[in-house]
Amino acid sequence: MELVVFLIAGFFAILGAIGLIASRNPVHSALSLVMSLFAVAVLFLNQDAQFLAAVQVIVYAGAIVVLFLFVIMLLGVDESEDLSIEPIAGQRPVALLVGIGVLVLSVFFVAVSADGGATGAESLTAPKVDSITQSSTVSATEQLTDDVPGADDEQVDGAENDPNINQLGRALFTDYVFAFEVTALLLTIAVVGAVLLARKPKGELAPMPDIVVRSAHSPSSTSSNSPDGDGEVAPADDAAAASTEETA
Amino acid sequence: MELTSTWYLVLAAILFAIGTVGLLVRRNPLVMFMCVELMLNAVNLTFVTFGAELNDIGGEISVFFVLVVAAAEVVVGLAIIVAIMRRRSGTTADDISVLRG
Repeated sequence: MELVVFLIAGFFAILGAIGLIASRNPVHSALSLVMSLFAVAVLFLNQDAQFLAAVQVIVYAGAIVVLFLFVIMLLGVDESEDLSIEPIAGQRPVALLVGIGVLVLSVFFVAVSADGGATGAESLTAPKVDSITQSSTVSATEQLTDDVPGADDEQVDGAENDPNINQLGRALFTDYVFAFEVTALLLTIAVVGAVLLARKPKGELAPMPDIVVRSAHSPSSTSSNSPDGDGEVAPADDAAAASTEETA
Repeated sequence: MELTSTWYLVLAAILFAIGTVGLLVRRNPLVMFMCVELMLNAVNLTFVTFGAELNDIGGEISVFFVLVVAAAEVVVGLAIIVAIMRRRSGTTADDISVLRG
């Protein structure tokens, strides 16, 4: 049963991933990403990580992808991108080569670690077989809660219905509480940064207008999205202007 | 056939490789961001697999923090993309190299 679930979810995860990188329209890419994320959530469920599966759906599919779609709609970049043009010569073969290299290397290391060979570590698949033969999540749960210091028995009894989230909460608010606090700080900084960046620049944010103004020295490149020449001309003008300013 | 954790790890490796290829090939910064999310997800799958295999809740805790960092990264990254796109719409990743810090 678990194998069937894995095969179906894995198929959809890979299908969504391929759809993400192959579809021309960014909206289609975002929806493919949702499919892939849902499939990974099913795989989380398959491994008894119920809370993370729910968080995956809520945070990734519910918040992050919606944020992507929101930005796509806001900026109006949902036209199809022409994928037949290859901007840098040989980019795609090299990218494919790198991808295959990453795949082969990681699969190789998985195989090595599963054999327990080259690293000298003990076999990684052995504990899995043990936990399968234990055949019930309850015994595994008791084994886990025994490791947690200070977990008294009444809590564990109450935790039997939903062991995963209780385990997670206990670990998060005891052993990892400092990292949790730092996370709060990180989110605050991210929100402040996003508000600062996304605000319309009125006087205070000088650097962004500077680039446009200087590249306007060359007459053809005033924000006209000229595809290639713009990137070449503007820095040269920039450097020339800077040097003349310095000499003056 | 028995479902071992090696299956999950190989699947995560495949997803990570697909995300890498997408990040290298696509030029739309939004799609590149989505590919980064896909790679983070593959790593999350690896964390959960090892956590389940070693009977350690630390794997799932790691996924928790990866989720938070991914969310913060997306917020800041999308704000940057909005700020750039507002100036020159239809920008690709190649044009952003003009910025020069």
